[in-house]
Amino acid sequence: MRCFVGVDLGSTTTKAVVLDEDERLLGRGITNSRSNYDVACAVARTEAFINARFGLFAGRLAEAGLEKEERGALTEALGRQFRREQHTVQQRALAGVMRGELERDKYAAVRAPLEERLETILDGMNEDIPPMFEAGAPERSDFFRDTATSGFMRRAEGIRGKQVNFDLLMSVFDRAILQVENQELDLSFSANVRPALDRVLAGGGERWRSKASHLASVTDEVAALDLDEVNAVGTGYGRSKLPFRQDQIRSEILCHGLGAHWMFPKTATVLDIGGQDTKAIQVDNAGIVTSFQMNDRCAAGCGRYLGYIADEMNLGVHELGPLAQKSCRNIKISSTCTVFAGAELRDRLTLGDKREDVLAGLHRAMMLRAMSLLARSGGIEDEFTFTGGVAKNPAAVDALHRLVDENYGDRTINISPDSIYTGSIGAALFARRDEGGAESEAA
Amino acid sequence: MSTASGNTVGMDSSMALQKQMLARHYDRLSRAEEEGRACAYTFVPGNLTELLLSFDILPVLPEINALQNAMRKKSRDYIATAEKLGHSEDVCTYVKCDLGMAKSGNVGPTGERLPDPSVLLLSYTGCFTFMKWFEILKQEYDCPIAMLHVPYQGAGAATRNMRDYVVEQLKENVIPQLEAVTGKRYDEDRLSEHLAASARAEDDFVAVLESAKHKPSPIDAYFGGVYYISPIFTAFRGTPEAESYYETLREEVQERIGGGLGPITPEGTLPEERYRLVVEGPPCWTNFRDLWKMFYDEGAVVVASTYTKVGGIYDNGFRHDPSRPLESLAEYCLGCYTNLNLPSRTDMIVKYVEDYDADGFLVNSVKSCNSFSAGQLLILRQVEERTGRPGGFFESDLVDPRYFSGANVKNRLESYFQMVEQKRSAVRSLS
Repeated sequence: MRCFVGVDLGSTTTKAVVLDEDERLLGRGITNSRSNYDVACAVARTEAFINARFGLFAGRLAEAGLEKEERGALTEALGRQFRREQHTVQQRALAGVMRGELERDKYAAVRAPLEERLETILDGMNEDIPPMFEAGAPERSDFFRDTATSGFMRRAEGIRGKQVNFDLLMSVFDRAILQVENQELDLSFSANVRPALDRVLAGGGERWRSKASHLASVTDEVAALDLDEVNAVGTGYGRSKLPFRQDQIRSEILCHGLGAHWMFPKTATVLDIGGQDTKAIQVDNAGIVTSFQMNDRCAAGCGRYLGYIADEMNLGVHELGPLAQKSCRNIKISSTCTVFAGAELRDRLTLGDKREDVLAGLHRAMMLRAMSLLARSGGIEDEFTFTGGVAKNPAAVDALHRLVDENYGDRTINISPDSIYTGSIGAALFARRDEGGAESEAA
Repeated sequence: MSTASGNTVGMDSSMALQKQMLARHYDRLSRAEEEGRACAYTFVPGNLTELLLSFDILPVLPEINALQNAMRKKSRDYIATAEKLGHSEDVCTYVKCDLGMAKSGNVGPTGERLPDPSVLLLSYTGCFTFMKWFEILKQEYDCPIAMLHVPYQGAGAATRNMRDYVVEQLKENVIPQLEAVTGKRYDEDRLSEHLAASARAEDDFVAVLESAKHKPSPIDAYFGGVYYISPIFTAFRGTPEAESYYETLREEVQERIGGGLGPITPEGTLPEERYRLVVEGPPCWTNFRDLWKMFYDEGAVVVASTYTKVGGIYDNGFRHDPSRPLESLAEYCLGCYTNLNLPSRTDMIVKYVEDYDADGFLVNSVKSCNSFSAGQLLILRQVEERTGRPGGFFESDLVDPRYFSGANVKNRLESYFQMVEQKRSAVRSLS
């Protein structure tokens, strides 16, 4: 199967998608950008391919006549157990590296007690694994490094021996986790899906028994599918760091324009608010950018602005929007500077204003900045598509609706649940079209 | 307008000549006080260089010192010095850089001390800040101010009345003050000789600018352009040195056309002309080379710019005229780019996009300069509409390095170039 990959290396997250030849979305992957763009890019890309296989798996189940609910339950359970397999592979690697570390001369004097402690901790970490992947388990980071670190630390914390203490244990761990991250472990779909399926089938009791052999063969079939990456295009803030050739790199402006057009073909104006920049883009009826404006001296009003405000209020970023929506009073936040807005917020709260009202004002101030960029780029035409991480914030969306209505009147405003992937979808479309271009030129 | 730093761009003989001219000029300035030579501080737009030369007065151009200091990475400290003196963050950074330099011993960009002014010659052409700038300098120096008020071309044309008004000020105010400062009588024959030399250099200069109509363009009319305007916009217009500089430059450009060569850049000759652009707005001097490299890397050549018209517009046919010395100086002042209204500026850019067959145009919006930046978005829209070619917009500053965000500007430019390319391929696939 011929596939086309788009990677969007953003300042906060890295996104990857896989499209098929007919420009249909097969899979998506997302990860923290961290400081290592290469790793972020590889992780997102691998995730997108795995996600694509899960999508294909669900598709085969539908073809086989499984009901929607049943399909959903099965795919969800398989996904969970698959991640457990991946986690187990990494945990095993971690244990191996740590045992290797013990052989170093510097531990000669403490080897025996250190080994004993480490093995106890590793046993404990192994016990943690199954409940982490039960249905309804508490939310946690998707990254092995994060879960492993917190699991290891929790167990090492109480240890205050003369020879072996917390600091010594953590130094072994820190060296080991780095090595594990740089190891090429087989976390692929094909290597991990069968054990995952077996566990689902075993845990599902009678529910899947009659279909077990069919499910196994569908899984094997999907695992064996040849997903051939024909071309890839990278975009986003870190695009110059992407492991792509120069001609495989596109500006995120073009990618967001084309991606928005793919999602909503009648799109004429695009607003994208990401972690550190806001872009107002005008596109023609083929998704080609005709003009654009973006912030370049100041990043107030971008995603990080909300991050800062959330920190100021001791809330999670995802809690801001819903809280602001409870507001029933208009409070004007006048500052466009993130830091000053923070000061204004504290000031308002001290004066007795309600948190939701202040937050609603902040969201409005943020969207006012976006409106100014939109005006500079040529205004808002119908239809208007809002993309980027901030499009997931309901209070930002409410404020945008009101401001668009006040300034431009009736406009269709599109927001896709996949809006965070807009840039990577655009990049993948370029990958598909460039390849098509190369083909037709050859012909 | 600039140059002769360590930033030598290619080593053509014109460039070598220019370096020598500037070095000699700064050297002359450093000896002016001991030799008892009068100096005038004056501005580039609407400068009266030939008149000053006819009185043997040496011109000192504060904007040039500011931008030269920026190219030599000295502006940040000078700006900080001016801010310590109480000048706000929002004040034009040319002004702050100049004041900072004055307060730090008035050592010029080449490391030689600049003389105090004998007179502040303020020819006001469109930039209000110039007046405030010299008000401040007046407090520093015990010398007279000669003010020349050049009426703004608000209605889009310079009228006969305006010209007469400027001529009258020259006769009744500026010339008598220069006479008083130097103790010399106004010598119209000498002025005319200088103006005749100006006109000859101006012919060569225009030929150089218009060479960019060739494909590939043998020059870059913005980054390279600032070197080409340097002598004629500054202390050398009307001198034999400037004449021979422009003659040499014109020959070199002619050779490049003959050889089918693109412009000389700091990275070498541009190998392939991929984008032809018109640029509006002054350069960002602190990151001049970085910005040029961003253009070079994309194969972008600036074929015409408005900035190379701030010290006079010559490609519309204007020449200094030795037979009407004061009238032609007045017409020159009235016609500088900074003295044009928005519709005239828009017309000019539209004409450049068409005459030079540009793929698009870019606006560098400079934080320091209200007189340039006000209305630029309007210009952008109108030029887009009238030419159908894509416009782009990026932001920087003249000489304050704090306002340049390299990654963001690069991002914008790359996006812009890719947008132009995408539009082109869409047109190609339709045809």
